[in-house]
Amino acid sequence: MIVVALIVLGVGTYACKAFGPLLAAGRELPPTAQRLTDLLPAALLAALVATQTLATETSLTLDARVVGVAAAAVAVWLRAPFAIVVLVGAGVTALTRALGWG
Amino acid sequence: MWSFPRTREASKPEPVLARAIPVGVAVGAYGLSYGVLAVAAGMSPLLATLSSLIVLAGGSQFAFVGVLAAGGNPLMGAASGLLLNLRLLPFGLSIARHLPPAPLPRRAVDGYLVVDESVALALSDPDDGVVRRFRVTGVTVVIAWIGATAIGAYGGQFLGDLRTWGLDAAFPAGFLALVAPWLRTRSGRVAAAVGVFLAVVLTPITPPGVPILAAGLGAVIALRVRTENP
Repeated sequence: MIVVALIVLGVGTYACKAFGPLLAAGRELPPTAQRLTDLLPAALLAALVATQTLATETSLTLDARVVGVAAAAVAVWLRAPFAIVVLVGAGVTALTRALGWG
Repeated sequence: MWSFPRTREASKPEPVLARAIPVGVAVGAYGLSYGVLAVAAGMSPLLATLSSLIVLAGGSQFAFVGVLAAGGNPLMGAASGLLLNLRLLPFGLSIARHLPPAPLPRRAVDGYLVVDESVALALSDPDDGVVRRFRVTGVTVVIAWIGATAIGAYGGQFLGDLRTWGLDAAFPAGFLALVAPWLRTRSGRVAAAVGVFLAVVLTPITPPGVPILAAGLGAVIALRVRTENP
C-alpha cells in the first residue's frame, strides 16, 4: 500500500511539474486558479506545523516539540537560513528533553 | 573556487554554482532528516531513497511520512502531498516560458527539475541566464536530496531514539521556515490561520491525513481576501 501511494504521489507530482515544460510553454493558469495554487501551500504548510507540533497520533499534546518549534519561529523571524531553522528546532527540542520535560 | 570561461555572461560575474551549492547544503540537511524519519515511519531504507527519486518534492514527502507516522492511510498521505504539490504547476508554467524549443526527452527532464529552489533561483533574474540557473540548481537539488535521503535512511539506525535528537521537531521547524514568506501577505496569513484552526480542531476527531486535507479550505477562504492589502 505504501508503494502504491508513493507511485500515486510521484506520478501526480510529475504531472504538475512537467505540464508546463512538456505541453504548455507560454501559457498561464486562469487568475483564480493561479491564486488558489499560490495560497494552498500557506494553508497546508501551516496546518502541518500545527499538527506535527501538537499531535501525537490523533490526540493533542504539549511536549518538548512546542519549545523547539517556538525557538525555530524566533530563528525564522530573525531570517536565519533554512538549515539553521531546522537545526534550532531539533536542537532546542532535544535540549528540552535532556532537561527532563516532554 | 574555480572560474568558468565566460563569454556572454561576462557582465554578470556571479557563478551559478556559488548560489546553487548553499541551496544544495540546505536541501541535504533536510533530506538527511527525511531519510531518518521515513525509515522510522515504516519504509525500508531502499524505499525511502526511491521515494526521493520518484517524488523529488520535499514538503510533500514530509507530509506523506507524517501521515504514515501517525498511523494513517498512505493514500491519504499521498493526497495531502499532491495538494501541496499543485503549486508546482504554475512554477512549471513560469519556467516553461524561458525554455528554448527542445526535443521531448529534454523537456521531460526539465519537467523533472521543476522544484521550489530551481524555479526561485532561475527567476531571481528573469533577463539573464535563466535556463542555466534552472538546470544547474535543479541538478544540485536532485543530487543533494536523493543522496542525503539515502545517507539518512541507511545511517539513521545508528542514531537510536530519534526523539532524543529532537528529530520529530525537525519537520514542523522546516515547514515553519517554508511557510514564512506567505505570512508576509494578508491572504497568506488568512490561509495559514484557517488551515491551522481546521487542522487542530479536526485532529482528535478524524483519521490522520484528513485534518491536513481539510486545511486546504483555508486557501479557498483566503481567495476572498483582497490582494491589494498586504
